[in-house]
Amino acid sequence: MQVAPPDFDRMFGALADATRRDIVRRAIDAEEGVAELAEHYPMSFAAVQKHVAILERAGLVTKVRIGRRKVVRTNLEGLRVARRLLDQYEEVWRGRLGRMAQLVGEDRKEPPR
Amino acid sequence: MTVTDVRKDPQNLTMTLDAEFDATPDRVWELWADPRQLERWWGPPTYPATFTSHDLREGGRAEYHMTGPTGDQPKGYWEITDAEPPHRLSFRDGFRDADGRPNSDMPVNEVDVTISDAGGGRTKMSIVSIFPDTAAMEQLLAMGMQEGLTEAVGQIDAILAGEPARA
Repeated sequence: MQVAPPDFDRMFGALADATRRDIVRRAIDAEEGVAELAEHYPMSFAAVQKHVAILERAGLVTKVRIGRRKVVRTNLEGLRVARRLLDQYEEVWRGRLGRMAQLVGEDRKEPPR
Repeated sequence: MTVTDVRKDPQNLTMTLDAEFDATPDRVWELWADPRQLERWWGPPTYPATFTSHDLREGGRAEYHMTGPTGDQPKGYWEITDAEPPHRLSFRDGFRDADGRPNSDMPVNEVDVTISDAGGGRTKMSIVSIFPDTAAMEQLLAMGMQEGLTEAVGQIDAILAGEPARA
């Protein structure tokens, strides 16, 4: 039995916004602070700062100090946890659909595995 | 490849899968409508399903149990909310307690199935699965429904797709 982290809903909510997903994507490799991130989006610094704060509360990004700078970095483990459930459920249905295909004889065309 | 598209919407806890079969809509409908065929695909090989009742009409019910590798037998039911053979099936998939009654403490998963002619003797089937909340998904997956778990864990969605791994 897996136990959901307490902030699971917050995590999904945070990932529901396109700008926030993009910030998460950029912050995987880029070492940008909030001000640099804000340059990528047609919105104010304050708005981007707000998005970063939401991601931070959801455990999806953290601010890391590098020298005198503070960069936003994606918490990859947090992201994996957030996606794992839907991935698992997809596997359940992929398994079902594969067995359905076998039943209707579709897989006769493919060599057995 | 059977599955042609998968769309996952974490915000609305919805997953949509599109699949194509080399068969007619009537043949694909049979996979749902014939309980003996249904039993051959609903549960994974490690948790085969047995349907003890099966009334695929609006307002009808189906009851099943699954048998796990250690002999555990989680019980489930479907409450049919829409059935239009061979094109549409909607049901609520829930758990039953030891007495066989619907267990209201357990999550209910809504499933909408659409079957349509894709031309050329092929049939498209869309499955839309809706969860009440993330806790419900956790519970459903913990009830012996998971398979391919090892492969699934560590998979990351499109956010990470194409991004180089951090060294």
